[in-house]
Amino acid sequence: MKGPRKGQALVATLMVLPCSLFVLTFAFYPILYSFWLSLHRIILGLPQLGEPFVGLDNYRDLLHDRVALRATVNTFVFVLSSTALELLLGLIVALVIHRSFTGRGTVRAAVLVPWAIPTVVSSQLWRFIFNDKYGLLNFIIYGGEVSRYKAWLADPFYAFVAIVVADVWKTTSFAALILLAGLQSIPQELYDSARVDGANAWQRFRTITLPMLRPALLVALLFRTMDAFRVFDLVFVMTQGGPADATNVLQFYGYKKMFAEGLMGYGSSISVVVFLLSFSVAMLYMRVIKVGFLQKG
Amino acid sequence: MDKIIRKRLSSAGFFCLVGLIVLLSLSPFFWFVDTSFKTEVEVTSVPPVVLPSFSLEFYRSAITRYGLLHFLRNSFIVASATTLLTISLAALAGYALSRLKFPFRVGLLKSLLVVSMFPQISIAGPVWRILYWAGLLNSYPGLVVPYVTLTLPLGVWVLTSFFSELPEELEAQARIDGCGYLQTLYRIILPLSLPGLFTAAILVFIYAWNEFFFALLIMTQRRYQTLPVGIALLQGQYTLPWGEIAAASTVATVPLVVVVFLFQKRIISGLSAGAIKG
Repeated sequence: MKGPRKGQALVATLMVLPCSLFVLTFAFYPILYSFWLSLHRIILGLPQLGEPFVGLDNYRDLLHDRVALRATVNTFVFVLSSTALELLLGLIVALVIHRSFTGRGTVRAAVLVPWAIPTVVSSQLWRFIFNDKYGLLNFIIYGGEVSRYKAWLADPFYAFVAIVVADVWKTTSFAALILLAGLQSIPQELYDSARVDGANAWQRFRTITLPMLRPALLVALLFRTMDAFRVFDLVFVMTQGGPADATNVLQFYGYKKMFAEGLMGYGSSISVVVFLLSFSVAMLYMRVIKVGFLQKG
Repeated sequence: MDKIIRKRLSSAGFFCLVGLIVLLSLSPFFWFVDTSFKTEVEVTSVPPVVLPSFSLEFYRSAITRYGLLHFLRNSFIVASATTLLTISLAALAGYALSRLKFPFRVGLLKSLLVVSMFPQISIAGPVWRILYWAGLLNSYPGLVVPYVTLTLPLGVWVLTSFFSELPEELEAQARIDGCGYLQTLYRIILPLSLPGLFTAAILVFIYAWNEFFFALLIMTQRRYQTLPVGIALLQGQYTLPWGEIAAASTVATVPLVVVVFLFQKRIISGLSAGAIKG
């Protein structure tokens, strides 16, 4: 079996061909196509105008677009706050479900439930909890005093908090799972010998768990960051970007420009910027992370 | 003596923490399930009614007035087709990636990783135009095609790491007996990989079942819309039909919750497959 075989590369190419074709045609080609679109003025509702080439006009407009700026800032604030909370809470959850106790399997399954729920469902669910008239949150805080009930999602600050809360609830379990896998890869002997040396629980956590967990923490950070970057469902269902763009984020803004307002060219310039931003963030991470079997080749 | 008390206290604290985690994980969704079995009056009452009267009123109206079964059917068709296609293509690619040497192996793995991470909006316009040009908007293939593209990284990832763990000796024998690569994959690898295939299939199915962004763009006609689109756009005439939204959400989610409780171990191993080996 060992040693390079002649036909092997050909067979392998044929085997990865269908998969590669899909990815090339519907993922990589569209990225380039987006760039081409962004250099044109294309208005979906007015096909008679044609699709004139406008150079970098769309990008120039984008620079002066205050809503786009707002959406960019919102996206970064959302990414930072939700990812930080998810990693912190995820670490706690991972440490808990790593310990062995009766019923651990059921607890792990329970933790997975928010991850499995469709985001649209969790968005509606939290929208209901934050509801101004009969939401559970108002009742928990103000009891039966209906006059004091707050319209959380109509308040710029609380609407943003609500979206972060809904995201953290749904995706903490994913971070926890990655961290759990990291915990499971730490050899037990390390803890045993530390215990012999008289290290207490906190010392063991600081000198063994945290350093050994670094790769898993970075992987969880990478995946959560990239996923938070494309937040859409939550915003679409819970706030539609409002009130007054307080929860508008890049993916939602791009969608609105392209498909609600029909500005395909201008919207594409947003797509390109979003792609470049997320790509650079991913590359930044990839420099420090060793992801699985990637290095094997 | 002191030590025993401290130990007891810390284990009591631990179980409180476990209880809190389970409560926070399950109670929000439980509240929606609870709501779906209420009556119109119970949904809007303050203080909230905890024990519903187990009315099926909202389910009935979600089906008759909002076309819940329609959405369910579309979701099922799209998610199943996506799963079948993705797993077949991912098995082929995964075998080559785990066993064979070829020039752009690492490049392919890396680009799959990139695809799994970039925001949907960066390809949305072009994908929409391609499908428009091909006449595939508002059709099942029109949604399955982008879904297959977006789930292939996940499928290839899980299967490649699963195949890599199978001992190579098994295939050596098959090769000596004169099996080609395809035959080896089909006769030796796949039957041994049923658990891996199943895990990958669960993950892909859940992804396709839950996806909203592309479904919203591509399925603009009600008769083709999937559950997430249906649930997101559910509108009453004057107020939001919370009862019906809760009922539809329950229908969309309960199958997933059952799958999670049955296959918790597989899902966890699948999600962390290949992610941490460094």
